[in-house]
Amino acid sequence: MNILENKKVIIIGDRDGVPGQAIEECVKTVASAEVVFSATECFV
Amino acid sequence: MNNAVIKAAGYILVHTQDMIMHNGTTQTVEKRVNPDSEYLKAVPNHLRSYEEVINYAPNQVYIGNMTPEALGQMEKPWVGQDVPNASRYGKFGEIMPQEDFIMMIKNADVFDLVMLEENFVAQYLEAYKSHELITEEEINRIGKGQKLEDIQTAVAAHGEAIYHNNQLVGCVKKAHDVDPNLNAHVMFENLVVKASGVLAFKHLIAKNNINVEDIDYVIECSEEACGDMNQRGGGNFAKAIAEAVGAVNATGSDLRGFCAAPTHALISAASLVKAGTYKNVVIVAGGATAKLGMNGKDHVKKEMPIIEDVLGGFAVLVSANDGVNPVIRTEYVGRHTVGTGSSPQAVIQALITMPLDLAGLKITDIDKYSVEMQNPDITKPAGAGDVPEANYKMIAALGVKRGEMERSDLKEFGEKHGMQGWAPTQGHIPSGVPYLGFAIDDMTTGSVNRAMIVGKGSLFLGRMTNLFDGVSVILERNPGKVQESGSISKEEVNKMIAEAMRDFAKHLLAE
Repeated sequence: MNILENKKVIIIGDRDGVPGQAIEECVKTVASAEVVFSATECFV
Repeated sequence: MNNAVIKAAGYILVHTQDMIMHNGTTQTVEKRVNPDSEYLKAVPNHLRSYEEVINYAPNQVYIGNMTPEALGQMEKPWVGQDVPNASRYGKFGEIMPQEDFIMMIKNADVFDLVMLEENFVAQYLEAYKSHELITEEEINRIGKGQKLEDIQTAVAAHGEAIYHNNQLVGCVKKAHDVDPNLNAHVMFENLVVKASGVLAFKHLIAKNNINVEDIDYVIECSEEACGDMNQRGGGNFAKAIAEAVGAVNATGSDLRGFCAAPTHALISAASLVKAGTYKNVVIVAGGATAKLGMNGKDHVKKEMPIIEDVLGGFAVLVSANDGVNPVIRTEYVGRHTVGTGSSPQAVIQALITMPLDLAGLKITDIDKYSVEMQNPDITKPAGAGDVPEANYKMIAALGVKRGEMERSDLKEFGEKHGMQGWAPTQGHIPSGVPYLGFAIDDMTTGSVNRAMIVGKGSLFLGRMTNLFDGVSVILERNPGKVQESGSISKEEVNKMIAEAMRDFAKHLLAE
């Protein structure tokens, strides 16, 4: 079972690491997971 | 066609200890939302002295007194380690103290908006006069200063206060009664950008024996915007800076792209020179007071001094090929496009392997990658990691994936093809360009044959798009041959022959 199944997901991505949009694409592969918030932040 | 060259570079820092508390957004926001916070009480005990700022290794690298290689030999963290023979002045520029810079803010003002307190002027004008790059005309424009009561009145009337050693010593007045884009706060930030850009430009000119009247065009690439309520960000810092340094034959424009703007500006400047539109283009940027103490909360929590205590500035002259200085290969440009995507692999491919593939090179053919040269002393305690190191790891991983290097070489890649970050977290300041000054030495008298300058920018902060951005360009050692205008290069001849052969082959296949 995938850890994201039936979960609501909050995504904080990092521009210099893995951006929010890229994480979002991965989460979308789990049909029952719902992205409720996704953002990319700049820490520099 | 002749490529443009990096002719010279100037780099400056300004120690702005009082502006951390009064103008850095981490602190000003805290004052608004949590005025009694323990952090605000702790800030004054975590400020560095001017001497400590001078003696700090990354700062000495920034102004050219130490090489990135020497910094790489030092144990990290660098904070707390004094560098022997540190100096205010360096090969590329200087680390200016706050009192001199406040005078420069006054000199940057041409609308009578800056007031300086008379005792402050009396105390510090003599030292300012002794600065070799400050003209007599600039000294005369400082005047005698004004009474403290008048400055207090101006601050009360929505002026932006200027402090030095915790004393009110001046103020920037609002430039319009109701226009929010000309309020005192915006005018202060813009005058700081202009003044620090001017200082970098002055060093560029003075240290490299450049005739300022030979400059044709200036591209300013910081992250502030000047304009009024009818054209917020209308510009133009570039021409204002050109005027202040006496570049009478120049015009200019502002180029924006968050932290990526300096690399965009470098590519634009090189293209303008290569096209023959202009012979000498300066790219210049001043510093951002808003970012002072940006990660201060983490630094204080970790019992460190607040080391985001300097403004940064730089100016780089891009000129027609002189047969000596590093060539900017604008044919080999990487860019993160709208369609690139956001996965780390896609980003690195767009920025690193796109220009390499255009040039027919491998990842290991670039001797030095200058990515975002953020100082890890600042970013690591704040949880943002070592930014250059993270970039080198990703570039190396792609190199292994492309079969251009062995997995066992991953660890050494950063040491061999990278550098430790030495630039302050001033947004656009660390982004690729801090290496340009060193590149001139490394690629003329040194052993570097190729370098890549990479800039990245967080466009999503402007809330117009979720995208970020990045561009890159390859620099090469100058082969020493300057092509005469109108003649055709060997590469162009090769290309023409290849095209003719392809056409011929197509004909044969068709038959």
